[in-house]
Amino acid sequence: MIEIQHVNKWFGPFQVLKDCTSRVEKGEVVVICGPSGSGKSTLIKCVNGLEPFQEGIITVNGISVGDKATNLPKLRSHIGMVFQNFELFPHKTAAENIALAQLKVLGRSEDEARARGKLLLDRVGLGEMGHKYPSELSGGQQQRVAIARALAMDPIAMLFDEPTSALDPEMINEVLDVMQELARDGMTMMVVTHEMGFARRVADRVIFMDEGEIVEDATKDEFFGTPRSERAQQFLSKILHH
Amino acid sequence: MKYNWNWGILFEEPYFGWLVSGIEWTLIVSAIAWIIAFSLGSLVGVARTVNSMPVRAVATAYVELFRNIPLLVQMFIWFYVVPELVPDGLGRWMKRDMPFPEATSAILCLGTYTASRVAEQVRAGIESIPRGQTAAGLAMGLTLAQVYRYLLVPVGYRIIVPPLTSEFLTIFKNSSLALTIGVGEVLMQARQIENYTFQGFEAFTAATLIYVVVTLIVVFAMDRIEKRARIPGYGVQRGQ
Ligand SMILES: Nc1ncnc2c1ncn2[C@@H]1O[C@H](COP(=O)(O)OP(=O)(O)OP(=O)(O)O)[C@@H](O)[C@H]1O
Ligand SMILES: [Mg+2]
Repeated sequence: MIEIQHVNKWFGPFQVLKDCTSRVEKGEVVVICGPSGSGKSTLIKCVNGLEPFQEGIITVNGISVGDKATNLPKLRSHIGMVFQNFELFPHKTAAENIALAQLKVLGRSEDEARARGKLLLDRVGLGEMGHKYPSELSGGQQQRVAIARALAMDPIAMLFDEPTSALDPEMINEVLDVMQELARDGMTMMVVTHEMGFARRVADRVIFMDEGEIVEDATKDEFFGTPRSERAQQFLSKILHH
Repeated sequence: MKYNWNWGILFEEPYFGWLVSGIEWTLIVSAIAWIIAFSLGSLVGVARTVNSMPVRAVATAYVELFRNIPLLVQMFIWFYVVPELVPDGLGRWMKRDMPFPEATSAILCLGTYTASRVAEQVRAGIESIPRGQTAAGLAMGLTLAQVYRYLLVPVGYRIIVPPLTSEFLTIFKNSSLALTIGVGEVLMQARQIENYTFQGFEAFTAATLIYVVVTLIVVFAMDRIEKRARIPGYGVQRGQ
């Protein structure tokens, strides 16, 4: 479903992504981890074209992201994305946040968009919160609204960029639970996260990145059993022991 | 020297009529100039934030040009120089047939000058919105134009209501400069009353009061608008 082939990307002289190659099958959950600055966010932003890349090919459902002829807004509307800082729009209520792209991108009617929004708010456990503004919600609630907002577009895949790292510890699980349920329902997901518990429970595969390279791309059991690279082992022991 | 106070003079004709007409001109000039400043300033301000280099360069040049030439000089340029610079036909029309040439020049001058200041506010408002918000808008399939329309502009403007208020008040105060090219606004009328009656204190006190009252009305109205436009708890949200 998502295919990443020999992608190289530079910010000026600095190479952020080095010959990255991987693929994500339909229904697969892939966790991406690695030290800060290793290029994880950059990689998943390349998948929906939020970041351009200079070399290589990324296709989503056969459509090439880097191709100039590709209708990027249309492609993006099929790929949900969830950000570290939620990025709900502050001047709109939760329900309006969920409705906006349904109305303006998919061309759904007000009624349709509202009904879909209500359903999804229920699904993330926030059925009564539609009228609230983002600032009136806790971080965990905001992130769940953001997930509902992405799901409202009926995406074929979801990208998560550290969805829980801006949250207070007691709110992390409410978000992870929603994500776990999504995975169980068969959603294709790429998740940048340091929540190794989540990776163990939910991931099919784990990608480990360091300095712009995909150092390890293994099944969950392989990765947690015997990571082949020393860098991954060091990273794991650091992250699991603090 | 003995000064003969005569506040009653302000309410005698024709002086009272002059003041009223002064208020009218001040309000007309300020209001129309503000419409120009707001629309042109919004356009230029947005243009300063877009990706396209040439568009940004033109917008930046506009802002630097208009912001850095003293307003009084601009007033003279619009009135005396512009009609000479434009093509002959238009120049002749401006000098002979353009209705209210003084007021029109003053409006264009104040409008284009204040537009450069409004543009800076608009740009600051838009740039204060975290980039992640734009990314989120694009990620859900909005085009960049839609991101501006549904996110950056509405949020940006809510942030800059207070500085926009003061820009409007500045246009209103700056409209007094229009007297230098002969627009019969409040200050001009006060001066004329002084010339005719020698009651300068009364006349200028009246002018001052008029400015104060209008300013207070504007501040009050904008305060209401600001309260209505305010995003609940905005600023708190990003703290976490
Ligand atoms: N717009 C940019 N311009 C220049 N350099 C950038 C830009 N964005 C990211 N970088 C650099 O690219 C590298 C990878 O950044 P990226 O955000 O992808 O890392 P990350 O793995 O997501 O890190 P983190 O865990 O801190 O989120 C970093 O060194 C960063 O400084
Ligand atoms: Mg990151």
